[in-house]
Amino acid sequence: MAGLSFDLIALQLFAGLALGAIYVLFAIGLSLIFGMLTVVNFAHGAFYMVGAYVGLYLISLGGNFWLCLVAVPLLIGLFGLAVERVLIRPLYGRGIDYPLLLTFGLSYVMVECVRIAFGKTGYPFDTPEILQGAVNIGVGYFPLYRLFVIGATAAVLLALWLFLEKTSFGLIIRAGARDPQIVRVLGVDVSRVWLIVFGIGTAIAGFAGLLAAPLQGVIPEMGGTILAEAFVVTVVGGMGSIGGAVLAGLLVGVVVGMTSLFAPEMAKVSIFALMAVVLIVRPQGFFGRAGLLS
Amino acid sequence: MTEVTESLEKSRAATFSWYDFATRHRASLAAVVILIFPLVMPFTALAVNILIYGLYALGFNLVFGYLGLLSFGHAALLGTGAYLCGIAIVHFGWPWYAAIAAGVLGGLVMALLIGVLAIRTRGIYFAMVTMALSQCVYYLFYQAVDWTGGENGLRGINVRTIDLFGLRLDFINPMIRYYVIAAFVIAAFFAMSRILASPFGAVIEAVRENEMRARASGYDVTLTRLLTFVLSGGFCGLAGALQALHLSIVPIEILHYETSGLVVMIALLGGMGTFFGPMIGAAVFLVLENVVSVWTVHWQLIVGAIFIACVLFFPAGIWGTLIARGRR
Repeated sequence: MAGLSFDLIALQLFAGLALGAIYVLFAIGLSLIFGMLTVVNFAHGAFYMVGAYVGLYLISLGGNFWLCLVAVPLLIGLFGLAVERVLIRPLYGRGIDYPLLLTFGLSYVMVECVRIAFGKTGYPFDTPEILQGAVNIGVGYFPLYRLFVIGATAAVLLALWLFLEKTSFGLIIRAGARDPQIVRVLGVDVSRVWLIVFGIGTAIAGFAGLLAAPLQGVIPEMGGTILAEAFVVTVVGGMGSIGGAVLAGLLVGVVVGMTSLFAPEMAKVSIFALMAVVLIVRPQGFFGRAGLLS
Repeated sequence: MTEVTESLEKSRAATFSWYDFATRHRASLAAVVILIFPLVMPFTALAVNILIYGLYALGFNLVFGYLGLLSFGHAALLGTGAYLCGIAIVHFGWPWYAAIAAGVLGGLVMALLIGVLAIRTRGIYFAMVTMALSQCVYYLFYQAVDWTGGENGLRGINVRTIDLFGLRLDFINPMIRYYVIAAFVIAAFFAMSRILASPFGAVIEAVRENEMRARASGYDVTLTRLLTFVLSGGFCGLAGALQALHLSIVPIEILHYETSGLVVMIALLGGMGTFFGPMIGAAVFLVLENVVSVWTVHWQLIVGAIFIACVLFFPAGIWGTLIARGRR
């Protein structure tokens, strides 16, 4: 233990937070879609992966990273809108398993399409020049890009919070999550609201994929791994709760960061152990309402 | 309402019905089909794969079709069965029958471990928790390199002859190999038929149809779910053990979550909650995969698209649709 200074632990904590930020972005999209549409989006990982590839493609065309930060969520969101309208909408009212199964099939198709277009092997994704290097954050030097990831996540969360809490459309979304039938009776076109929520959720997934690309590169299978980990986040945080997704996402990131410092071989397994503990102690998660899904 | 169904039952009993006959002797019927099957199939290796995946889907269907819980973690049950069977042979030098027993036991124990945690959640959570836990199992087996071979898979499961009460069978011969594996699969079909026909089988379906009413009738819903999941683990463990003997290697991909997704596709394609659906689904799926992969390497694209079409237009699956037609 003598070799582990306080600074090293603090740095690893920050690295965990940066990783957690990606989980948070991924999980809030998943949670938002589930909370509104009661659809478990098994293609969420595929949207995330396509987001990274679209970013890669735009940069190869001569675009820059900042343009991608705007264009990727827009394009992925539009794609998400089309998917909801054409594929998922016919399944409402047919049982909760069917949209899940459909999005699972969709993820196969999306991954294979990317393999056809870009090949089976992965690509490195360059960190934009201005974000390369490291800055001193008081306890040591920390990669600037990871700091940027944390900041960008905070900005997205703030924007989402303002949208949900302060706009009239956000009010409709929150009301629709509580009781879609009453909202419909009040004259709101709920299916349009669902369409837009699915678009927002997938746009955030694409954004998360783009942010994660410089950290780990892009491969067609990158979505599958994070999907399982994001399920852990949603189970720990409580499904359908955005606050729960934020807290649990950061917690999972920190747990991974810390175990990879102390026991690297246990890093992948640790978060599932965390989930097992939460399931035993509090099966509905931190902020989940008991019996919501029965 | 009940009078109408009763009179229907009577008229059915009076006139001989092929449907009832088939339902009563479903396991024997499956046995006959399995015994004839390799004689009409061009490749015995494909026929063996269909048997094994059909058994895997049969076990999965008990949870998905009959109990009504969608599990995305069945790869862990299949994989544990395969690995334990392989480890018993490679590391301990156990005979083949003991290794198969180890595989079945592995499936049962793994299902108990996953089940105890996953049953605590409800509804759609079950799919997510089983998937996450099976991913955990994947990492554990991946890292236990000394026992499982890690990334390279577990190699050296060489079973050349099957000794059976003084009878020596050449396991290398594809036909004999098929019939040895078929014997286990047929036994599994009889066991499954017996479970479903038992009072416990009725409770399983009662829980699926109306959880509240089953609880009000005095049945322990949680325990029923756990027991069913564990039983399913036994069938999948057997499938895994047979797979290990057949391939003489256990690849790490057997634990990958795509293996879990595969069985969901097979069960839905064949018809969930039907007795023959899983086997038919496995046959159609694997033949399709074989045909399409000759023509393009991107068979996942075709398979995914067909699966989407099934969810949208044929949720009852091939056998489910045929039964619905036949009953009319």
